[in-house]
Amino acid sequence: MKPQSSPMRAATADRVQPSTAYLISAAAWVVPGLGHILLGRRQKGVTFLIALTLMFVYGLWLEGRLFPFQISEPLVALAFVADLGIGLPYFIAKTVGAGAGRVVAITYEYGNAFVIVAGLLNMLVVLDAFDIAKGRK
Amino acid sequence: MRSTSPKDANEAHVTSHLGLMIVFALFVSTVFATLMRDEPKAQLLFGARLVAGFVGIGILIGWLLYPLPF
Repeated sequence: MKPQSSPMRAATADRVQPSTAYLISAAAWVVPGLGHILLGRRQKGVTFLIALTLMFVYGLWLEGRLFPFQISEPLVALAFVADLGIGLPYFIAKTVGAGAGRVVAITYEYGNAFVIVAGLLNMLVVLDAFDIAKGRK
Repeated sequence: MRSTSPKDANEAHVTSHLGLMIVFALFVSTVFATLMRDEPKAQLLFGARLVAGFVGIGILIGWLLYPLPF
């Protein structure tokens, strides 16, 4: 049975050209939630912006580390990819020297979990924005 | 329960596993509920159920693992 389209779904699909979906996905990656805001889903976009940015910052505050791209250490390389998923906040944190991590800190591993999961969740948000832009949701 | 980081005894960090698990559950549930539900009321209800699930199952698994010697 074909799912019934909501008015929000139809309105979004009508507005967005298929090629624009990739640009919106890129915007959604750079700034968490921006893709949804551009697609007219402001409440969702603002929620993602606040929740994901706070989660990332909280992870850094817990002395989590921003992992380098180290191909000789596959898990570190994967953690780097996950960290990068948060977009612009990652580069801002790198620029201001945050995310050095302190292995002996009690909260080090917790901080890593927060930072990594924030990046991974933003990847899900990017995929959701892409689906909305394509008219699938 | 609160304790301090060895970096600075005056700096208060929440370091209890339960406290951090609850904060983690709140963040993740907020994002999932917002992704999976369109209406704010439905998001709130689904988010609350997710938080309860995360924390409840976390505590349950903690107690199940408690008797293990390692």
